[in-house]
Amino acid sequence: MSENKLHVSSSPHVRSKVTTQSIMLTVIIALLPATLFGIYNFGLRALMLVLVSVGTCVLTEYLYEFFMHRKITVKDGSAIVTGLLLALNLPASAPWWIPVIGGIFAILIVKQLFGGLGQNIMNPALAARCFLLISFTGRMTDFVVPEDAFGNVYDTISSATPLAAMKAGEAVDLLPMFVGNIKGTIGETSVIAILIGAVILLATKVISPRIPVAYIGTFSVLVLIYSLATGNGFDLVFLAQHLCGGGLMLGAWFMATDYVTAPITPKGQILYGCCIGLFTWLFRFLGNSAEGVSYAIIFCNLLVPLIERVTRPTAFGKGGKKA
Amino acid sequence: MGLLTFKGGIHPYDGKELSKDKPILPILPQGEMVYLMSQHIGAPAKPVVVVGDRVLMGQKIAEAGGFVSAPIHASVSGTVKKLEKRRSVTGDYIDAIIIENDGQYEEIAYQKAESLEKLEKKEVLDRIREGGVVGMGGAGFPTHVKLSPKEPDKIEFCLVNGAECEPYLTSDYRRMLEEPELVIGGLKCMLRLFDHAKGYICIEDNKMDCIEKMEELVKDEPRIEVKRLKTKYPQGAERSLIYATTGREINSSMLPADAGCVVDNVDTVVAIYKSVMLGEPLMHRIVTVTGDAIANPRNFRVKTGTNYAELIDPAGGFSAEPEKIISGGPMMGFCLYDLNVPVTKTSSALLCLKKDDVSNSEETACINCARCVSACPARLVPSHLATYANHYNEEAFLKYNGMECCECGSCSFSCPAKRPLAQSIKSMRRTILANRKKK
Repeated sequence: MSENKLHVSSSPHVRSKVTTQSIMLTVIIALLPATLFGIYNFGLRALMLVLVSVGTCVLTEYLYEFFMHRKITVKDGSAIVTGLLLALNLPASAPWWIPVIGGIFAILIVKQLFGGLGQNIMNPALAARCFLLISFTGRMTDFVVPEDAFGNVYDTISSATPLAAMKAGEAVDLLPMFVGNIKGTIGETSVIAILIGAVILLATKVISPRIPVAYIGTFSVLVLIYSLATGNGFDLVFLAQHLCGGGLMLGAWFMATDYVTAPITPKGQILYGCCIGLFTWLFRFLGNSAEGVSYAIIFCNLLVPLIERVTRPTAFGKGGKKA
Repeated sequence: MGLLTFKGGIHPYDGKELSKDKPILPILPQGEMVYLMSQHIGAPAKPVVVVGDRVLMGQKIAEAGGFVSAPIHASVSGTVKKLEKRRSVTGDYIDAIIIENDGQYEEIAYQKAESLEKLEKKEVLDRIREGGVVGMGGAGFPTHVKLSPKEPDKIEFCLVNGAECEPYLTSDYRRMLEEPELVIGGLKCMLRLFDHAKGYICIEDNKMDCIEKMEELVKDEPRIEVKRLKTKYPQGAERSLIYATTGREINSSMLPADAGCVVDNVDTVVAIYKSVMLGEPLMHRIVTVTGDAIANPRNFRVKTGTNYAELIDPAGGFSAEPEKIISGGPMMGFCLYDLNVPVTKTSSALLCLKKDDVSNSEETACINCARCVSACPARLVPSHLATYANHYNEEAFLKYNGMECCECGSCSFSCPAKRPLAQSIKSMRRTILANRKKK
């Protein structure tokens, strides 16, 4: 044994097998059901948007780090996740340059300029979506799917998203909203596909149920109260339509749970989920727009430092049941 | 009864299957014996021998250097060769007595106790102190000090810590399996000191054979119970153990006695038994020699003062070149940069690993995943504390209870970004403690 080859370091000397990369890979796998359903539902055009979005995000990250002489961190997979989430939040009718602008905005402005992975204060994909929504409102809310690469037109889809139809007071059908053959952005339509992904995330312990459960729970309670207060009784179908409509499920399981922009404290995560539930409800029911998930989440992203401050856990032996 | 546990913690690969079925094998030292004067927390012991003295096995060669201190005994017979500084497992050079082993193992006559009942409480404590008994779980706190709380009547629980939650270690397991009566005997000595206390033998449920054996042996003991603990690291940390078994919480500025508890590790309890009942001082301990770089992992009964390097051959030598050698377990042990250090009262294992996880993992940015928060048994936010520590922000570090860290390393283990969180927090704590001492 050559003794000078022994490694010396501070304890602990073992590390868990979970890495940032393995977490990101799990998230990508969990997003696949929703992505594949989106491609099935909206055609190859959706695939094109996914590829452009992921490609733009990864390339932007690489180029920025290359020119700024920083360590290239593309292999951690976080840019892929951002690109995928951005694409899933776009309507299939979007032209190719929409994910290009969105991807650059997400990675360059929202993520890298704030210091890169772990430092961004807003979810990059959602911030980019909101940026696109404000800048190109028409393009971003046009859910009429044009011909895809093969010239097929998918006509399973009527003119408005179910959520917009509900806002206008029209009746909507719940089952297609659950399965996903409705209008909407590429990844948000199929609740089943999203829930499969959610189960993957929960089973692999990538996320804890705290945020999504608090979010969906708070939102549900508020919707039911609203329903009662407006004289519609305890309307569970109405609630289910709201839960399955729009980006709520995708947002609750995949975007509100983004580590970087969510609180680190257990109680904070619950409070954060409740806040998003409240704001989603406010935006959807009292606002002009039918949808409110994206704005609710990025707004609550900004509350995270405050939430963390008021929800610091009590150290062991420093309160509660004392000896 | 459900399994007892605490909040937080981790489940690292435990590696115990390597050595758990290997009976304890006594080994005799070959070369010179090195007795460090600081094998415990507190004042170093003071040598009472001079160069040239012949000493017998079991003879006191250094006396306690104060109240919080412990004497040291020769574990062989031989001649005192040198008094000089030698390196310890932590890399410090500390005073040591070096004895040339004559291989005779000529022993002094021990004063056996007739019966525990006939001993006064003070005699029990004196025998523990004279036996040089210290906490053998790793901290090395002098046991007689621990067993002399201000108000002995308020001690309600004597806990024998048989959790052995450190991965790879099987020394306590073998001890409980092979010599359970010594453990129970030691616990009785402890209970002799505390009239109102119950004795709990606390064992993790990955050692069901020990649990069953102990339960069988204590079934007629009204004051002793076996407590089943959930297997989770750091179940054997003092605060976690007290919480799991009694539901009481203590913080860093409290002693177990403040929660009516006294906690001693299995090997310590055996040392208590031997010094109280047999009059035999602490000169051996069980050391697990294990790891994937060891050909034949085993548990040895080793004389204190033996050179670590002598433990490799009896375990079949190296099966592969080790990248890392650790004195103790992988979570809280110390790395050795060479094997030429002596076994002390607190050496529990020699772990030789083919691959070093630490240098083979690359540190990346914190992604705020909260795994460290879920893992922390002290319910802290390690990722924030590590950042305060790295920025030397003492105010924030203290405000967010950095001093409550028990240094178990669960945060570093669980971090997907492979940040050395425990290391940052530990060094900040040490700095703050050192500054406080200076004032």
